[in-house]
Amino acid sequence: MGTLTTVQYAVRFEHADVQLAGRVIWSDVNLSVPHGEFVAVLGPNGAGKSTLIKAALGLTGLSAGSVTVLGRPAGQSGREIGYLPQRRNFDSGLRVRGIDIVSLGSDGERWGVPLPWGSKFLPSRRAANQRVQEVIELVGATAFAHRPIGQVSGGEQQRLLIAQALVRRPRLLVLDEPLDSLDLPSQASVAALIGRIRREHGVTIMLVAHDVNPILPYLDRVAYVARGYAVCGTPEEVITSQTLTELYQTPVEVLRASDGRLVVVGEPEAPARHTDRHADQQGEVTAPW
Amino acid sequence: MVTGLTWNIADDIRQLFLYQFMVNALRAGTIVAVLAGALGWYMVLRRQAFAGHTLAIVSFPGAAGAILLGISATVGYFAAAITAAIVIAAVPRSAGGRGRSSESAAIGTVQAFALACGALFVSLYGGFLNGLTNLLFGSFLGVSGNQVLTLLVVAAAALATLAWIGRPLFFGTVDPDVAAARGVPVRLLSTVFLMLLGCAAAEVSQITGALLVFALLVMPAATAQRLTARPTLSFGLTIVIALAVVWLGLAAAYFSVYPVGFYITTFGFAGYVLAALAQTAVSRPVRSPVAAARA
Repeated sequence: MGTLTTVQYAVRFEHADVQLAGRVIWSDVNLSVPHGEFVAVLGPNGAGKSTLIKAALGLTGLSAGSVTVLGRPAGQSGREIGYLPQRRNFDSGLRVRGIDIVSLGSDGERWGVPLPWGSKFLPSRRAANQRVQEVIELVGATAFAHRPIGQVSGGEQQRLLIAQALVRRPRLLVLDEPLDSLDLPSQASVAALIGRIRREHGVTIMLVAHDVNPILPYLDRVAYVARGYAVCGTPEEVITSQTLTELYQTPVEVLRASDGRLVVVGEPEAPARHTDRHADQQGEVTAPW
Repeated sequence: MVTGLTWNIADDIRQLFLYQFMVNALRAGTIVAVLAGALGWYMVLRRQAFAGHTLAIVSFPGAAGAILLGISATVGYFAAAITAAIVIAAVPRSAGGRGRSSESAAIGTVQAFALACGALFVSLYGGFLNGLTNLLFGSFLGVSGNQVLTLLVVAAAALATLAWIGRPLFFGTVDPDVAAARGVPVRLLSTVFLMLLGCAAAEVSQITGALLVFALLVMPAATAQRLTARPTLSFGLTIVIALAVVWLGLAAAYFSVYPVGFYITTFGFAGYVLAALAQTAVSRPVRSPVAAARA
């Protein structure tokens, strides 16, 4: 019976709890993302948004409950998931072309080195190269894919990285703050690109965001993480004064601007912890002083 | 008897192969150039030049200590450099950008201590001032056939290992987060890489001396990476440049009285300056205005 219900969903959290170094990050999270939907994981810094997607990828273990991804327990669908970790930009001195970064997405973890001129003799290499060209075209990166990646803009780098994640035709694309540190026009165009990938290629999208507005037109569902809990539903259900006030247990107001943008007023930030943003990598959650 | 430079190219090249010591030096130089080029390319990409320099410096007390103990200097070079590689790899690297500075502080500490040990060993041995210059600035005299064989075996093993880990190491270098998520053992690969780099540093030290290892480890790779951003091409170019620099340096040293380390370094430096000038002349700005504004 369990398999029958879970197979319909690309990602499904059931009563999931995560503890890191004894601290409860969140508990009793229930989230179901049907195939082909676009879900945003929202919430203040340090609330455990990245932990939520790391749990979906199987990089962080649960202390209770279950996570099913593409019909299998988390961590067992590696090849079918494209993952973009939260990152800083590439060093401007890095002399490697964007296209090289994209092709690492298809065979980067294979042992050995590619034979020079291999694409002349090996049909599989030719097919792989063709696929790389295809995704570069898909994300609109043809014009700058041959420039050193450190020398293209943040938005262009993000497009190339999305191409890298798409090379293996994943069924699920997981993106951790892909719009962070981009200027507003780039945010809008990268968000539109992600929406188009979902629409035209039927890829399920799970995206962590700090600001919901750039992606709002493309969203089917949001998971709002705060105070150790997560509320899930459509944006209209979740991003309301009432729901967020209940979640935070302090008055929060959601205003809608005339252009449709949502503004959340009175949202308390999570308590400041210097190590928070990388807490899950280091297993360290308290400040050293 | 060396008759000196005749400016007749064919004749000069024939002179280079007249003596066994020179043939050995050319063989050793060729092996070392290929190994140093290959590992130097990754080192420059990984921004681990400081670690590479330290591994080379450490080979100096290694060799001095070995001579003091009466064992082969070659053994000292390799033992010291590989031990230091393991020590550097054991320095915990925290996530995020701050790991680098704590890493370089730790490496600097190792480096200073190694130099001090070298000075002690030299003074304990007493009065091999000529040997000291060779250890620090290189010598191509007296490379034995056995030594060439050792260099060849170590280089072949190191290059075979590098070929095996080449692509995942490249992935983990330019894109560590995604590589780790894809199951590349990033941490393990960087330890293996440091050990290979230790082998390369120890080999290069034996030709250029401990202080001038950078001539072969950094200069060819930095030059090639300035000339092209295609990984395969710049890798090949690195090895070609390293070979050219070593052969020219050995030939120049053969016909003159000055140390080989000086010539190899000078040719490497000249290549780098030319590449930098060429890059500026082509005049694609190194940083686009957008990137500059972002920084």
